[in-house]
Amino acid sequence: MPEPAILPAWSLSIAASVPSLRADWPSSIDREWAWGDSTGRGVSVCIVDSGVEAGHPLVGELASASAVEVDGEDVRVVPDEQGDVAGHGTACAGIVRSIAPDCELHSVRVLGPTMTGRGSALVAGLEWAVDQGFDVVNLSLSTRKSHVAAALRELADRAWFARVALVASANNMAVASFPWRFASVLSVGSHDGDDPFEFHANADPPVEFFARGVDLEVAWPGGGTALSTGNSFATPHIAGITALVLERHPGLTPFELKTILYLSASNSNGAP
Amino acid sequence: MTGERLQAAVAGEVLAGAEAGVGLVQSIVDVARAIFVAKAASIALVDEEAAELHFAAASGEGRDAVLGLRFPLHQGLAGSVVMTGEPLIVDDLTRDPRFARAIAEDSGYVPSAMMLAPLLHGERTLGVLSVLDRGRTDRATLQELELLVTFADQAALAVNLEAAARRAAGLLEGEGGNDAGAMARLAGVVGALEGEQRDAALRLVTALADLLKR
Repeated sequence: MPEPAILPAWSLSIAASVPSLRADWPSSIDREWAWGDSTGRGVSVCIVDSGVEAGHPLVGELASASAVEVDGEDVRVVPDEQGDVAGHGTACAGIVRSIAPDCELHSVRVLGPTMTGRGSALVAGLEWAVDQGFDVVNLSLSTRKSHVAAALRELADRAWFARVALVASANNMAVASFPWRFASVLSVGSHDGDDPFEFHANADPPVEFFARGVDLEVAWPGGGTALSTGNSFATPHIAGITALVLERHPGLTPFELKTILYLSASNSNGAP
Repeated sequence: MTGERLQAAVAGEVLAGAEAGVGLVQSIVDVARAIFVAKAASIALVDEEAAELHFAAASGEGRDAVLGLRFPLHQGLAGSVVMTGEPLIVDDLTRDPRFARAIAEDSGYVPSAMMLAPLLHGERTLGVLSVLDRGRTDRATLQELELLVTFADQAALAVNLEAAARRAAGLLEGEGGNDAGAMARLAGVVGALEGEQRDAALRLVTALADLLKR
């Protein structure tokens, strides 16, 4: 172990420099190298959403379930006893599970039946998820509340440096919403193909990737399924694939993850 | 034109604007139903205080039964769309346990497929546009979703205009005794004065405005 730095962390003694990219980073990247036969084992994925129905046949068991409680100024993260209040989180969890069957799934509920405090709940839930150090955070949500945009941007940057891959859904509506527009997240929209492993890198961001989001059978609370469409369901495909890559290559930074996804996208040379 | 007449004229225009807004919202659900060859379409608006959604416009099957119907904000697919702010297409409601069947049954028409999009205005979600049992068109699902979102944007503009006109009408009629209502009444009283009395009142109001600006 190197001696603790006396210099500030943003200076470098060249003698103490360590390799930035993995030593076995190949000259070209393909899916076999990127994730091969990974199943997401040992990788934690947190669904920040409406809660998740634990035990759903397409979801399986959850490693943890929490909920954000907003009571005026008081915002707390508590154990979740309600499960999914809208169906949305369970659908996302089922998709992550279908891509990365052995990943460790967590849920934090930030959506509730009332309109008030939603922005605060989202910030608190996301902050909690980043501070827990989950490897991947799926956020099939966005907010239009401009007063929380700065806090979300700060959190997205914190996640970026903490090696928490924040995978965020682009809004289908032509409105300004966050955090998917931030450069520090992996943003996802829908394509209309039917292969769950088909994803495209976008040459014209802010949306960076397109994944399957049309006419797909998703888990729905009550143990059933629904045939559904929306960017919300494209996002967990990328979250799941990210979990696969992280099983194969633990400790990658979001920058490296994005690079691997770009290079192994279906519209790039790395695609099968 | 005297102040009272002016006020009445403005109030009349504003009220007509509110009515036109209602007509426009209805027209949007009618057109949406036609474009999607759907059995029904509706717009439910958010009532934040009551934490409810209420149907403000409807077209097609179940129209009469559904208008005015209220249900909890978080219930059903509409509630889900309000929560997430994202549009949604669900094509097999028979298998969907979250679908608020009771609400559909109250309306007298139970659909098997729905498309929903939120009505967004700035940072607020005003309501939800729903299209029930769309027919076959030559559009792909993604195009249907994009078209639905375009209708929802238009509906949000119409709902917002109608609400603004209604608020303005309330102020002009002096409802609620609030600040803007008081201003409208003052304008009406001053405008109704004549001759020296009117000149004096205008000087007073101008001086008061100057004083308050400091």
